[in-house]
Amino acid sequence: MECTIISSSLSIHDWFKRKKLQKETEYTRERLDIPGNLWVKCYKCSQTIYAKDLEQNLKVCPKCNYHFKLTSAERIKQLADEGTFKEINAGLVSKNFLDFKDTKNYADRIDDSRTKTGLNDALRTGLAKIGGYGVALGVMDFSFMGGSMGSVVGEKFARLIEAAIENKQPAIVFSASGGARMQESIMSLMQMAKTSAALGRLRENALPYISVLTDPTTGGVSASYAMLGDINMAEPGALICFAGPRVIEQTIRQKLPPGFQRSEYLLEHGMIDIVCPRTNLRDTLIKILAFFKEQNA
Amino acid sequence: MPKPIKRYTTLEFERPLEGLYEKLDKLKTIQATSKIDMNEEIKMVIKSLETLRKDIYANLNPNQIVQVARSLQRPTTLDYIGMIFTDFVELHGDRNFADDPALVTGLAKLANRSVVVMGHQKGHTTKENLARNFGMANPEGYRKALRLMRFAERYNKPIISFIDTSGAYPGLGAEERGQAEAIAKNLREMAELTVPFISIITGEGGSGGALGIAMGNRVLMLEFSIYSVISPEGCASILFRDASRAKEAAIALKITANDLLALGVIDDIIKEPVGGAQSDPEFTAKNIKAAIVKHLEPLLSLSQRELIADRYSKYRKLGIYSE
Repeated sequence: MECTIISSSLSIHDWFKRKKLQKETEYTRERLDIPGNLWVKCYKCSQTIYAKDLEQNLKVCPKCNYHFKLTSAERIKQLADEGTFKEINAGLVSKNFLDFKDTKNYADRIDDSRTKTGLNDALRTGLAKIGGYGVALGVMDFSFMGGSMGSVVGEKFARLIEAAIENKQPAIVFSASGGARMQESIMSLMQMAKTSAALGRLRENALPYISVLTDPTTGGVSASYAMLGDINMAEPGALICFAGPRVIEQTIRQKLPPGFQRSEYLLEHGMIDIVCPRTNLRDTLIKILAFFKEQNA
Repeated sequence: MPKPIKRYTTLEFERPLEGLYEKLDKLKTIQATSKIDMNEEIKMVIKSLETLRKDIYANLNPNQIVQVARSLQRPTTLDYIGMIFTDFVELHGDRNFADDPALVTGLAKLANRSVVVMGHQKGHTTKENLARNFGMANPEGYRKALRLMRFAERYNKPIISFIDTSGAYPGLGAEERGQAEAIAKNLREMAELTVPFISIITGEGGSGGALGIAMGNRVLMLEFSIYSVISPEGCASILFRDASRAKEAAIALKITANDLLALGVIDDIIKEPVGGAQSDPEFTAKNIKAAIVKHLEPLLSLSQRELIADRYSKYRKLGIYSE
């Protein structure tokens, strides 16, 4: 009896689709903080990994090469020469200027995220050295409200670019963002204009901008500064898109091809320069910085 | 079979007018079929119709404005171009992949001044909308727009853009051909344009797809148009976790011309007639033309460097935070 009910409501195709869908959600619902446990399970291949090994391998699964999400602190630690990162504009804090409330008040969301992450917003900026080269470095943090871009992210980005111009240094920004921060409505949209305009200035000053896209980089961030690098780099397997896969599936009512909107797919379609594994990232950046150094000398 | 009810109005909040329209119709029939003089009564009904209509349109809430902004009858970019400019020559193609019918570009004269015009193009009917992809542009549309902006710069002509889109097209091909890159590049290039640039939001200003051609030195908005980072429906389903709460989202998002003027995002509001632009396109076009002339004039005397600085400072200062 039960069997007939199931077979009438679910075709075999639906069943497979559902299973796949579940897997996909699991994969995106990854937690950022590795708990105090000694062992960590890979979100992709389910392999159990010794936490210290994972840390040593820059949080890349040694078995399947899955790149775990990094917090901004972890990213900076992996990347910058030890002790060289000097944070700027860390005190900028978002305001609920529209008195916006969805299922929760935006002001409370900000407070909660600040408590949870110990950060003031979704982008950290500063001056640092990488392989001895001075750079203006920005790192987004997905754990702060999904890395969404509001007034603070936009302003800090613009100031970072201005700092790069002032110091005559290249700018490197790591993106990880669900897009514009809807709670700031039109003002979040305007940050796309502001950040892109700042990059125009950087280019006028003949200073390079390296954009590194990490999982995920979507919406308003991909449609502004993340895609504007002189060099666009991406970590393997990162979701990079303007519109998310679910929106597209709903619009075109077709199944999306495998690997759609992942780094490798974008490389194939000519949208990014390099897909670079995290274990090679620092070395590759140093080579690129060396290229520019000679030119600017 | 019951006779279908004749509708005099298309928007839900205009329903209170139905009774008066019906009455007017009846009076006119009586007048035509009999010899009784109904002129006095007809005049009175017209007068109360006008008063009620004016009342309704003086107090539209954000959700009603969304309905007006999205109305199929609302004049499209090509309608406005025909009424505001002369000698329009449409130019096609991004010279790379395709022509995008959802975003039109071309050469025109504003009075005697040569200008480059562009805008999202919706249709008035389903058939037209299918041909225009409902005004949702693909990357080639944004790249065509950029080509025309560069063209304007080369010949030192002002640019006028008309914004009316629910958003950039979220399609498979659009993603493959770099929708994000196309919009991002336009944003950076618009900031550096050496010619006067005016953008007018005429209907829906839908997120990045709107902004992709809307970084003018001056941004103007028709009274009953909207401009937002996300549609009220999208916001409701993502943040309120309930698509049916779009009406709340429309209010929370502050998407009306008055809201955006207060936030400093737009520079001026262009008056619409009672009933919205669709009730009197000619009148609306005249207002738009006057606004373009008014805002273009001071920009014409700026040097290239000043124009870039003017635009940069406009967008650089947008953002609200505490420090």
